Amino acid sequence: MSSPASTPSRRRGKRGRGSNPSTPQDARSPPSQKRRTDDSTSTGDLQPMPTSPPADVQSPGAADALFSSPPQFRHSAIPLDFDISSPLTYGTPSSRVEGTPRSGARGTPIRQRPDLGSVRKARQVDLHSDGLAEDIVATEQSLGQKLVIWGTDVNVASCKEKFQRFLQRFIDPLDKEDEDIGLDLNEPRYMQRLQEINMVGEPFLNVNCDHLRSFDENLYRQLICYPQEVIPTFDMAANEIFFDRYPDSILEHQIQVRPYNALKTRNMRNLNPEDIDQLITISGMVIRSSQLIPEMQEAFFRCQVCAFTTRVEIDRGRIAEPSVCKNCNTTHSMALIHNRSMFSDKQMIKLQESPEDMPAGQTPHTVALFAHNDLVDKVQPGDRVNVTGIYRAVPIRVNPRVSSVKSVYKTHIDVIHYRKTDSKRLHGVDEETEQKRFTEERVEMLKELSKKPDIYERLALALAPSIYEHEDIKKGILLQLFGGSRKDFTHTGRGNFRAEINILLCGDPGTSKSQLLQYVYNLVPRGQYTSGKGSSAVGLTAYVMKDPETRQLVLQTGALVLSDNGICCIDEFDKMNESTRSVLHEVMEQQTLSIAKAGIICQLNARTSILAAANPIESQWNPKKTTIENIQLPHTLLSRFDLIFLMLDPRDEAYDRRLARHLVSLYYQSEEKMEEEYMDMAVLRDYIAYARSYVNPRLGEEASQALIEAYVDMRKIGSGRGMVSAYPRQLESLIRLAEAHAKVRFSDKVETIDVEEAKRLHREALKQSATDPRTGIVDISILTTGMSATARKRKEELAQALRKLIQSKGKAPSLKYQQLLDDLRAQSDTAVTKEMFEEALRALADEDFLTVTGKTVRLL
Amino acid sequence: MPCVGDWLNSPLSIVQGIFAQSVANSDWEKKVTEYFKEKLKENNATHWVPSLNDVPVHYLKPNSLVKFRCMVQDMFDPEFYMGVYETVDPNTNARVLHFGKYRDVAECGPQQEIDLNSSQTVTSERQTFYCVPVPGESAWVKEISFLTDLVHLSPSTSYTPSRHKRSYEEDEDMDLHPSKQKEQHMGKSCCSGGDIHGCVEPKRLETEASAGHHVISPNCSPPLDLNFPLPGEKGPACLVKVYESWESFKVNDVLEVFGVLSVDPVLSIVNSEERDSSGLDAMECMDTAEEQRVHSPPASLVPRIHVILAQKLQHINPLLPTCLNEEESKTCEFVSNFMSELSPVRAELLGFLTHALLGDSVAAEYLILHLISTVYARRDVLPLGKFTVNLSGCPRNSAFTEHLYRLIQQLVPASYHLRMSIESMNHSRFIPHKDYTANRLVSGLLQLASNTSLLIDETLLEQGQLDTAGVRNVTALGNLITWQKVDYDFSYHRMEFPCNINVLITSEGRSLLPSDCQVHLQPQIIPPNMEEYMSSLLTAVLPSMLNKFRIYLSLLRLLDYSISDEVTKAVEEDFVEMRKNDPEGVTADDLHKMLLVARFLSLSAGQTTLSRERWLRARQLEALRKARLQQQKCVNGNEL
Repeated sequence: MSSPASTPSRRRGKRGRGSNPSTPQDARSPPSQKRRTDDSTSTGDLQPMPTSPPADVQSPGAADALFSSPPQFRHSAIPLDFDISSPLTYGTPSSRVEGTPRSGARGTPIRQRPDLGSVRKARQVDLHSDGLAEDIVATEQSLGQKLVIWGTDVNVASCKEKFQRFLQRFIDPLDKEDEDIGLDLNEPRYMQRLQEINMVGEPFLNVNCDHLRSFDENLYRQLICYPQEVIPTFDMAANEIFFDRYPDSILEHQIQVRPYNALKTRNMRNLNPEDIDQLITISGMVIRSSQLIPEMQEAFFRCQVCAFTTRVEIDRGRIAEPSVCKNCNTTHSMALIHNRSMFSDKQMIKLQESPEDMPAGQTPHTVALFAHNDLVDKVQPGDRVNVTGIYRAVPIRVNPRVSSVKSVYKTHIDVIHYRKTDSKRLHGVDEETEQKRFTEERVEMLKELSKKPDIYERLALALAPSIYEHEDIKKGILLQLFGGSRKDFTHTGRGNFRAEINILLCGDPGTSKSQLLQYVYNLVPRGQYTSGKGSSAVGLTAYVMKDPETRQLVLQTGALVLSDNGICCIDEFDKMNESTRSVLHEVMEQQTLSIAKAGIICQLNARTSILAAANPIESQWNPKKTTIENIQLPHTLLSRFDLIFLMLDPRDEAYDRRLARHLVSLYYQSEEKMEEEYMDMAVLRDYIAYARSYVNPRLGEEASQALIEAYVDMRKIGSGRGMVSAYPRQLESLIRLAEAHAKVRFSDKVETIDVEEAKRLHREALKQSATDPRTGIVDISILTTGMSATARKRKEELAQALRKLIQSKGKAPSLKYQQLLDDLRAQSDTAVTKEMFEEALRALADEDFLTVTGKTVRLL
Repeated sequence: MPCVGDWLNSPLSIVQGIFAQSVANSDWEKKVTEYFKEKLKENNATHWVPSLNDVPVHYLKPNSLVKFRCMVQDMFDPEFYMGVYETVDPNTNARVLHFGKYRDVAECGPQQEIDLNSSQTVTSERQTFYCVPVPGESAWVKEISFLTDLVHLSPSTSYTPSRHKRSYEEDEDMDLHPSKQKEQHMGKSCCSGGDIHGCVEPKRLETEASAGHHVISPNCSPPLDLNFPLPGEKGPACLVKVYESWESFKVNDVLEVFGVLSVDPVLSIVNSEERDSSGLDAMECMDTAEEQRVHSPPASLVPRIHVILAQKLQHINPLLPTCLNEEESKTCEFVSNFMSELSPVRAELLGFLTHALLGDSVAAEYLILHLISTVYARRDVLPLGKFTVNLSGCPRNSAFTEHLYRLIQQLVPASYHLRMSIESMNHSRFIPHKDYTANRLVSGLLQLASNTSLLIDETLLEQGQLDTAGVRNVTALGNLITWQKVDYDFSYHRMEFPCNINVLITSEGRSLLPSDCQVHLQPQIIPPNMEEYMSSLLTAVLPSMLNKFRIYLSLLRLLDYSISDEVTKAVEEDFVEMRKNDPEGVTADDLHKMLLVARFLSLSAGQTTLSRERWLRARQLEALRKARLQQQKCVNGNEL
């Protein structure tokens, strides 16, 4: 029992029997006592709470007494046990404390919770057919001899006790959440939260239902099934603890508990009549929010004859106007005084199913939400939210003039807690949603799959099966889908290392590049597909827009930001204009986007892999040219791609034959047969998602050694011929690829085989794209500097030849341009183009050897 | 048929009977569906049920059994309703159980009250679909399905044939002035002539009239947009309430539903009351006025159908049995009968189309292949079996495409003629988008049912500036052709809806839209008067033959197809050979095309496997087509 030592007397007092020891077992107090309490309470006293407000009005002390000191209780007319077991007292508006504000529980006004009670208008739709869950009356259960709320199995006292224990004891050092900044995970989490409330003064306690479930399964079940009764009990419990600890704290109103993440999280589509009146959590997108609606909670009437005043609570959406003044017995003299009536804020919000949850070929469902008080205006249209609330169904109001009723109910959700998901998306990986997707069987199945020795080949084969062969390209894309491990070097000043793998496909038109891109875009959950032709820098990054209604500046995100943690497929990469492409420089290495527009300066995360496709500039790939020359992309951009593949149409009889067979089979196989043959797209998707969120491989010792060797080897190849064939960037690529390959195997350690495959793939890609067409040697400088080493060497040689030529001409101060070119051509043993000649001239000019003016060349 | 009237006219009383019998257990719902399934299985029973497609709503008896052939345009949110409820008589305290299924309104007697708090109440769930008649449905489909119904129509229906007589006259009247109808026509202006007469007009007129009436009534200020995908469409839109397995239905599915018609005026009254009442009630109804209007329109305009039985339709051709997959002897017989006379029908059709394409038999051949093409499978993102034909070299300004469209309309069950112009591209709504104020999917031109023929006329396109909407529309068309999907606009995100639409593009030169194969038209004859020529073509065909054409095109689309190993080998060899001879000119794409052509060529001859001869014929056709294109290029090159 860990109840704070300083408060036992107080606690005991609240439980009513001062003489009882304060053990939790006693909270359930001996049955005999309870029964006596019951007996002693006349039915008249029991019944009143919600239905006859005047009774409350006349005894404003009743509710107040709940938190008052024990002596007062003893004198109170209402027996204590009853008082505690009726959470409704708590919600009654008339419990407002009038008088000077004091500290402590006594002084802090209770604020009613329309989110729990506002729909006490009509009979609830009840599927358990055991009566109303509406009026709460303490009854005896024949067997358990316990006091429970009628229609439920909730015993208020024990429920409260359990919850208090939960608050005081719950520790889960492993569970880390976003908002947990500054929390000591080894201390009771919610006690720290209460401390926070004391400091910040925001009287809301968010409780993760998952925690509650791991702490007390039964309490969790009760919360889910009877939120309307259980949550007020929680409120009481929280307040008691809070004001025990911080008796001097001044809050706006008493603490309200807001549970969230009810595990019964539902897709909107799965909501059915059984969920009515239960606590549910659903996710979706806000599509519309209404203006603020003031909803009358309590009407204030004054007699026009004798000025007698009375309050009437709203019951089922109506005000029962007193027809007779109780004081002077005048009929129809009571008038509503608007100013003194009580209103609460209310807002109607339409929530639409999130696109991921929608089955193909159907339109999204929507559901109405009612937000109350503080939750009004917390979300805007377009926000993705997780909503926790109580699902309600209300029959469409009986029309007094028509005897028949529409047989349809209106449904809505009373919001208790919002959690925005997209704001989180900008800050970190949204792992929560991904984790929930897998059932245990599925995980088992995936793990089983990962143990197969040929899983890598298998997955590569399953990728875009309609596209024939191009195995290495598919493997590359597969590794891209898995991605490397995220590393954080912020503390050493290097910031995040990119974990995403970027791939460029270039090649002849009609080699199904677009189809591959389309496939990838359809496969990954957060993929974006744009075409270089149609997208501007603005469309890719983000732009600032003025909302026409609110005149508010809004940041609209573009494709790159939207595909954060996903893949951005860019078709026709070569057709993109210069300014758009320049945006990609930052994204592809730093993985961020900086925006400075209309007074908004910000840096957005864009941790996206880029899969781009480019066509050669001459529409057909010219094998005599280098990659750079073929696609005319700046080498600064090209060097940011980990893998560059050429998709060429191979001219090979065996290939043709296999291709033909593959295509023919497409044209008569039925759909079922196809699915058998290949791994399901859904399995592939799950496999990738699972690996991405759970597998985080680290480099092993051997693997590091292998990587070092590989890198040194790559450097060596070039150095023999005076070229550099690898840069640190290539090493990073290798590491990423190796990590991705380890992820494919669900392995937590990168091993030599991963490095081998990374090496092979990298070499394969290099062989295709960085081969110098003139010499046939792989030369990375084609990609890093845009020119092969041999080409550079030749350029220098030509310049030297030209210098010699000029020097051999003697002291002529100026030379004719054309003359010089002809001379050089005559002298050289290889063909000299005009461009080459000009380059040589420029090189010499840089050396201050000569200047070129118009058509003459002057020596200096 | 002793008690036909009963289950046709008051299906709810039958339901009541079954409900009363087995009130204790919950399987009464199953029994009801079984009962009606049994009834409808009877000989021709489906024809006795009056169809909402043909009979105007106000001729139908409320709460009677009706059928409706429609496309799901939008899906609303699920509704919770009182599946079973209890009424109390306050005087005698007698309690009676009622069922709320198949009803909009929980009924109770004058002396009774509904006990909302009864423990007997069962809450159930149902789904509402917003359905419209199949967009672009050809006039002949409506006529024929109506006439077959008329033959069987039981006299108990309130819609008596005598009313028809009048409509006939009206109809003919209309036909005399086709020009009047031209603008708003969806293929009614040209009537097939001969034995079938359209009886579609009266319904149209009447719905129009009732719609017009509503506009005038002060209650409802702006006219209600019934949200038809295509402009100028008529017919009743319907709120279809589905009680079972609604997950299996998708947007754009074509359904035939049998259900209880509900046009209870109470529905509208409830609405207006809600609207009138002020203050608190406004808060009660959580939907905007706009949403209210859309989701519960007046029942006279948008009737409700409470579905007892619903089935997805493979096709809407009334000349074919509804369901071809069934192992019924009747259907088998029908198919084999038709197959036996397939080749003469094909020859006739080829001749007919050759004339229509001004004597170009190659183009006619390709047109047949196009008309029987259908997306039969999707390999990851790649749709297989689409065959978009670009008919280039069409004569401009001679209304050729207009008339070609009319002919095609006579052959296929659903079609639309999209006249491309700068104006129409910039201002039409192609992509359906979600209207969040009214909370509905606002339809667009490209929301079409499967196997709709879309004829895009590019000959009308002039030079000009496309605005953003125009570019989006053209991109949407391109996506439709390449991937057979339309990205519906949900404003915060886009949703992909796969579709299966046969696109035929007519253009002068090569079309700006992508296509699977371009056929250059080589007219052999240039008729001086295109209109006369084309209409004479149509009148020359016997109506019985025309029907055979229709069956031919719809039936062949549904056949299965396979390629034997032997032929696969041969195709392989061929391909390798071709690549050897012409490594630049022959690509995988060409093989794709050839295989497609071979597939449809075989199917068009009624063969479900590829034979060596067909394959060679396909190659030959392709070669012919390519040679033409080459030739065309040369001509153009010389001109330039």
